[in-house]
Amino acid sequence: MKILIKNANIIDPINNLRGKHDLMIVNGKIEKIATEISVEEIIKEEYKIVDLEGKYLLPGLIDMHTHLREPGYEDKETIKSGCEAAAAGGFTTIACMPNTKPVADNAATVEYIKSKAENALVKVIPIGSITKKSEGKELAEIGFLKEAGVRALSDDGYPVMNSEIMRRAMEYSGSFDLPIISHCEDIDLVAEGVMNEGYNSTILGLKGIPAAAEEIMISRDIILAEFTGAQLHIAHISTKRGLDMLAEAKKKGVKVSAETTPHHLVLSDDAVKGYNPDTKVNPPLRSEEDIQALREGIKSGIIEVIATDHAPHTYEDKLGEYNYAAFGISGFETAISLLYSNLIAKDIISFEDLVLLMGKNPARILGLDYPGIKENAIADLIVFDDKNKWKLEKKNMKSKGKNTPFAGQEMQGKVILTIVDGKIVYNDMKGKGELCYG
Amino acid sequence: MALNRKDFLGLYNVSSEEISEILTTAEAMKEIFTRSVKKIPTLRGKTIVNLFFEPSTRTRSSFDLAAKRLSADVMSIAKSSSSVVKGETLLDTARTLEVMGADLVVVRHSVPGAAEFLANNLKAGVLNAGDGPHAHPTQALLDLYTIKEKLGKIEGLKVLLVGDIAHSRVARSNIWGLNKMGAEVRVVGPASLMPRDIEKMGAQVYTDIDEALDGVDVVNILRIQLERQAKGLFPSIREYRQFYGVSEERLNKLENEVLIMHPGPMNRGVEIESSVADSENSVITEQVRNGVAIRMALLYLLAGRKVENEDIN
Ligand SMILES: [Zn+2]
Repeated sequence: MKILIKNANIIDPINNLRGKHDLMIVNGKIEKIATEISVEEIIKEEYKIVDLEGKYLLPGLIDMHTHLREPGYEDKETIKSGCEAAAAGGFTTIACMPNTKPVADNAATVEYIKSKAENALVKVIPIGSITKKSEGKELAEIGFLKEAGVRALSDDGYPVMNSEIMRRAMEYSGSFDLPIISHCEDIDLVAEGVMNEGYNSTILGLKGIPAAAEEIMISRDIILAEFTGAQLHIAHISTKRGLDMLAEAKKKGVKVSAETTPHHLVLSDDAVKGYNPDTKVNPPLRSEEDIQALREGIKSGIIEVIATDHAPHTYEDKLGEYNYAAFGISGFETAISLLYSNLIAKDIISFEDLVLLMGKNPARILGLDYPGIKENAIADLIVFDDKNKWKLEKKNMKSKGKNTPFAGQEMQGKVILTIVDGKIVYNDMKGKGELCYG
Repeated sequence: MALNRKDFLGLYNVSSEEISEILTTAEAMKEIFTRSVKKIPTLRGKTIVNLFFEPSTRTRSSFDLAAKRLSADVMSIAKSSSSVVKGETLLDTARTLEVMGADLVVVRHSVPGAAEFLANNLKAGVLNAGDGPHAHPTQALLDLYTIKEKLGKIEGLKVLLVGDIAHSRVARSNIWGLNKMGAEVRVVGPASLMPRDIEKMGAQVYTDIDEALDGVDVVNILRIQLERQAKGLFPSIREYRQFYGVSEERLNKLENEVLIMHPGPMNRGVEIESSVADSENSVITEQVRNGVAIRMALLYLLAGRKVENEDIN
C-alpha cells in the first residue's frame, strides 16, 4: 500500500515536528515528509490519498499494560479481538500480561501468543511471568522467556508476596535486561476488599482496600530495586503517597518508573455509588485527592507512562452483585478520548506529553525502537480528530469486553485512523469504524 | 405528603418529611394491634414477595405478619446465599418474580447493593430488608419509632450506637435516620470495628465506652458477630465484654437513665448483660412489636398508595 497523506497537523516531540505537512508512505515506511507534496509528483493510481485537513497526526501509541486473555479465556477476549480494539483506540503496539491459561511462564506459550499475533492488526509484545504459574514460589525460566521474545516480566494480578523471591527475581532478570513490572498490592491487607477504603466504602457498606496495601508494596519493591540495582516498573500506581515514594526513589537514582491508567486519572471512588460493577477495578478507583496527585505526576514526569490495563470480561463476569463481579475495565477504546477531553483539552498535559507517556517512554522501558515521524521510519501512525463528538455504546465496541463505566458517555475527540507498518488497519474517517485486514 | 418512590433502599436519600410520614402511618398501624380482628383489607389483591437470601427468622416473620395484616398475598422465598454466588441467579430470580406478578419485593441479601441491583432490574417496587453492611432501613425506622414513642421526640436527643459499626447495616441506617431527625449520634466500639471516615456521616466517634455513654439518652447495642474474632478483628469475647459490654455496673455510674435498645438477636452476657436486657429501661421487646407496625406502614405506603381515597382505619 502506498499512501499520500495531505495537510496533516503533525505532533511529534521525538523529532520536534509540529505543524502542517504532507507524507508519503511506501512499503511500510515514511518515504518523504515535506510541507507540500503535490499530487502531480505521484502516480495517482498507486496511491491512496488521504486529506487530513484540520486533524492531528501522531506517532502510533504503545499500551504497555494489557490483557488479551488468550490462551485460556477466549470468551473474554482473543488476541485478534483485542488487537482490533487496540487499533480502534489508536495503539499500534501493545504489551500483553502473562495471566493467561496456561500462564505465559514458558517459551511455548509465548511462541503461541506470537503466532496468533502474526496476523493481528497491531503489534503484540508478550510479557513473561516472574514466577512459575505466577504462584510466587519459584522463578520462571526467565532466560528462555527472553529468548522467546518477552520484553518484561510480571506476575501482575498475583503480586509476588515473598520478598526473598522478589529479590532473586530482580537480581536474575537484570542479566537479561528485562524490567520487572510490579503490581503492588499486599494481598493480606486487601483481604476481601472490593473498592477504595474511605468514606464511600463506609456508606456503601463495601469492604475497602486501603491505600496502604498498595503503598507498602511500592515501598518494598523500591527498596529491593535499590538493593539489587534492578529496573523496576510500578504498574498502575494509584495513590498520592505511592507517588511521593516514587519521586523520592527517583531522586536517589533508583531505576524505577511507573504507569497510571486513564480511569485512575478520570474517575474517583464516587463512581462506585450505585454499585455499577463496571467501576470495580484493581487497584480501585481512589479519592479526588489521589486523582489530583496522579495528574500532577504525569505533568511533572514523575509518572512516565499511561497504560490502559485493558481488562476485558464477559457480560456474566460483571453481572449482579458488586462483591461477586470481576475486577477490570475494558480500556483500549476510550483511553485517548478520555485523556484528550479530561487532560489535553484542559491544558493539563499536551499532545506532546501524550506521545511521551504512551509512546516514547513505554518503548524505552520495553527496549523498543520508537523513531517517531521521520523519513525512513516505520510508518506506525494515528490520526486524531479533536472535533469528533461521539457517544460510547457497548454494542459498538470492538473488544469482546464491554465492561466500561464510560458507556453512554459523550466523548470529545477520537482516533479516526490507525496505520501500522504503513497499512491502514482502522479507518473511522467516515464514521464507520472499519477494521482493515490484508 | 406522599411517599413517592418505587423502591425503599435506605435512609440516605429519604427526607425527614418522608420519615415523619412513615412514623405517623406506623402509629395508625399499631392501633390495629389492639383490635380483636388484627387485619385490614388495604393490600387485598397485592402480591408481596419476601425474598430472603440470608436467613433471618425475625425480620422475615415481621414482614410476613405485616403483609398478612394488610391482607396482601405473601410469598416467601428463601435461598441460601451460597447457592447464588453468581449475579445471574439474582437477575433470573428477579425476572421470575416479575412474571409471577409481584407488586413489591422485600429483599434480604448478604451483599451490599443487592437491593439496588434488584430495584434497577425490576418493575416491581423493592424494599430493602438488609443488604450486607450497607443498609437496613426498616430496622432504623422502628428504632426511631420506638425512641419517639418512649421519649416523646427524637430531635435533640443523644443516641449512642455500641459495637461492630464497620459491619453493621443497622448502625449506618440509624446514623442517617437519626441525623435527619435532628438527634446527635455517637458511635463506640473497638477501633478495628470502626469504618473509615464514619465521622463524615455525622457521628462522633469514641473508643472508650464510659466516655461515650456520658450524657446520652439512648443506647442502641449491636450484636457482636463472634466470627469477627476468628478474623482477628478483636482479641477475645472476654476482652470485648470487659471493654465494650453494656453492664448494669456501667449504667449505674451514669447520672441519667438511658433507654436500652438492641436490634436482636442478643448475645446475652457478651455485648449486653442480661440484667440490662431485662431492665425497666429496656425496650427490646417493644422494638419487635413496633417492627411490625413500621413494616405495615412501609408496605402500605409503597404498595398501596395508588388506591385513591382509601381509609386505612
Ligand atoms: Zn495489575
